[in-house]
Amino acid sequence: MSAPIEVPRWVDLALVPALAVVAAFLVAGLVVLAIGENPLSATLILLRGALGSGEGLGFTLYYATNFIFTGLAVAVAFHAGLFNIGGEGQATLGGLGAALVCLRLDFLPAWALVPLGALSAAAFGAAWAFIPAWLQARRGSHIVITTIMFNMLASALLVYLLVNVMGKPGSMSVETRVFAPAAHVPFVHELAAQFGVPIPASPLNLSFVLALAMAALMWVVLWRTRLGYAIRTVGASPTAAAYAGISNTRVIVVAMLISGGLAGLVAVNEIMGVQERLLLEFTSGAGFIGIAVALMGRSHPFGIVLASILFGVLYQGGTELAFDMPSITRDMVVTISGLVILFAGALDGLFRRPLAAAFAGRGKGA
Amino acid sequence: MSAGGEGAGSPEPAPSLELVGIDKRFGEVHANKAVDLVVRRGSIHGIVGENGAGKSTLMSIVYGFYEADAGEIRVNGRPVRIRAPREAIAAGIGMVHQHFMLVEPLSVLDNVMLGAEGGALLRAGARKARAELERLSTEYGLAIDPDAIVGDLPVGLQQRVELLKALVRGADILVLDEPTAVLTPEEADHLFRLLRVLASEGKTVILITHKLREIMAVTSRVSVMRRGEMVATLDTADTSPGQLAELMVGRRVLLRVEKGPARLGALRLQVQNLTVVDAKGTPRVRDVSFGVHAGEIVGVAGISGNGQSELLEALAGMRPIAGGRITLGSTEIGPELRDPHVLRRRGLLHVPEDRLRMGLVPPFEACESAILGFHEEERYRAGPLLSRDAVIEDTREKMESYDVRPPAPLLRTSKFSGGNQQKLVLAREIERSPKVLLVGQPTRGVDIGAIEFIHRRLVALRDAGVAILLVSVELDEIMGLADRVVVMCGGRVTGERLTSETDERELGLLMAGVSEQAA
Repeated sequence: MSAPIEVPRWVDLALVPALAVVAAFLVAGLVVLAIGENPLSATLILLRGALGSGEGLGFTLYYATNFIFTGLAVAVAFHAGLFNIGGEGQATLGGLGAALVCLRLDFLPAWALVPLGALSAAAFGAAWAFIPAWLQARRGSHIVITTIMFNMLASALLVYLLVNVMGKPGSMSVETRVFAPAAHVPFVHELAAQFGVPIPASPLNLSFVLALAMAALMWVVLWRTRLGYAIRTVGASPTAAAYAGISNTRVIVVAMLISGGLAGLVAVNEIMGVQERLLLEFTSGAGFIGIAVALMGRSHPFGIVLASILFGVLYQGGTELAFDMPSITRDMVVTISGLVILFAGALDGLFRRPLAAAFAGRGKGA
Repeated sequence: MSAGGEGAGSPEPAPSLELVGIDKRFGEVHANKAVDLVVRRGSIHGIVGENGAGKSTLMSIVYGFYEADAGEIRVNGRPVRIRAPREAIAAGIGMVHQHFMLVEPLSVLDNVMLGAEGGALLRAGARKARAELERLSTEYGLAIDPDAIVGDLPVGLQQRVELLKALVRGADILVLDEPTAVLTPEEADHLFRLLRVLASEGKTVILITHKLREIMAVTSRVSVMRRGEMVATLDTADTSPGQLAELMVGRRVLLRVEKGPARLGALRLQVQNLTVVDAKGTPRVRDVSFGVHAGEIVGVAGISGNGQSELLEALAGMRPIAGGRITLGSTEIGPELRDPHVLRRRGLLHVPEDRLRMGLVPPFEACESAILGFHEEERYRAGPLLSRDAVIEDTREKMESYDVRPPAPLLRTSKFSGGNQQKLVLAREIERSPKVLLVGQPTRGVDIGAIEFIHRRLVALRDAGVAILLVSVELDEIMGLADRVVVMCGGRVTGERLTSETDERELGLLMAGVSEQAA
């Protein structure tokens, strides 16, 4: 019979996540202290590495691009009441879709090839999400289980294709040949150079703009369209949706198609923007980070962009940290990310409850 | 008006329960304002008030769900501090909740023992609890089979288990929260007899209810709450339902619905041999037939859980039917039309029984809830988008004409009171000029002022020629509103009567499944 937790909106959207990050850093600092390093200078190295240079910032935003796509993917499904754990597999299939277009249609000019590749990436991601969605909607197979299994299937499928079908002939490495230049999504520093603005080279490419556009589009879709209304109704109250005559089946399938499509777009950043070939494990866990990002961003596109940048900072800054402080390994960085996920996602109520009590108390004094 | 409690230093023994200056806020909401209450030992003390008047908060404080910001609780004259239900039980306070807190797959004995097992091994505790149950059943006539599975017991007996749980834990003060909501009139009478026995044996009973009839029938004293304040405590013998209602609302209210005779039009909704089966294959509605004409209100009476909900959902197109025919106007509703969306367009609108699970989406803004089921309508469109301006403007108008307070379309749905939420649902459905209106529990959890408003609207709608099917577990409501009543029990229709030619006793028997001939 506990009262619902009610806090002002800005507390919900800004203060609680900020406190979670601070708490995560404090605990991580203790770990750094325990292995005999100075947590303060570690934090400084991390922040400087991620934000202190043009190059570092470029890397940070490049990582963030992946997280925005997967974070939005998780959020859209979440608004329909579905927990899509399959971002990783959907992104992997997105890579396959992008690569097929880039390899087979490479006679096309860039202005046609790049959009087609992106569409194909989204379509393959969506198709991979469709099967678990259909199983959930029609057969009641739990989507958490099926999407996890589909992650493994996707990874196995990619290995098979790269080894037996699509691999570069005469090469030992498990990857396709390099795409034609027309398939390349331009780097931001390349574009800037064309306009005579020299900025340091980094993998940051136009996919970041696509990611921001998708965030804006998802906001419009979720809160300003009939489809978004139907999705949120099914997510918030399946019984009310049934009462309204909104088909749960249709909404589940459509939401998962959008979700899978968004996850598939990771390939535009990684495969078409940076690697320019299809290779194994190119998603490097972005599908899972997307879950943390969506949790932390409270499934709101704006929050997701912010949370993605935070995780971008952790990824990029962490790499620098591992480089500068030899006793801090890559695992340490994973630990810090893990702590952020723990505090922001799993221990959400930790700060929300006391804050709610504090605000209730303030109301009392008023 | 003889408001207030009894004077200090009365010669009687210390009151069983005394609340002094209980104050509680939830943020901006001042739920209890310096509430004083004196409950005499061995009395049945009623507490009435509208929804949100603070009765539940007050009792939650007494039972330790919340702690008061200020004030004192005294049991038998001694101040006690109650921070958790455990401490309330230790102080001799027991609570019977409106929604039972029972573990259905376990036996009566297991349920009674739960939380008081008395050690890691159950044997000793079980023996003690069994002895206690035996003692209570002889002492108060609370007979029950300790080994029966709770889930198999009828609701009335489940409530008895709740009562026994409290008594076994040594409760001297019993708080009952809306205990008759799930009972037949028969069962309710039985409960009241039991409460009188308990009171005569020295137990103190606090009865929270919104049914003034029950207050008049069973209590010796009654306290009225309004907007967090205790506005009066009276001897029941010295008051009347009219006076209590007035105290609750703060103005004069009409308890009776004023309506003229029904002017029947064409048959609008016809149900023939309808059978509805739930997901587990259990028949919920069996071979039900009736009709509703334009210009009349047909009530469906029955204790909750006897197939009314399933009937309503099947008629609204939310549930498949296993057999029978439904005819709307002159069209038979075949499987292809059995969709809430399609039926709505054909003029069958539905105010669902459970507004929080169906009628509204609690976390949505009010304006978003106000278009539930109608979000595809042309008037809310702006190109490919949903026109927010149109939705907000439309909601604002509805809120105005239905007196929804506060008239704030952007406020979250869950922040409105039950009555205002219900007005929002009614506004949405009625405003589409229905041909047939299905209404489920229109005044459940709705305050008296809003009940009056809702009843008047329904009667006006009837007089305008709408065919209304009213499902309600409140017999008073059926008797007051309906022109004809269909009684359901166990999924079957056990009788059909004109309300002018029947009474609550007869309906009560039909609700209990006593056959037509015997009734």
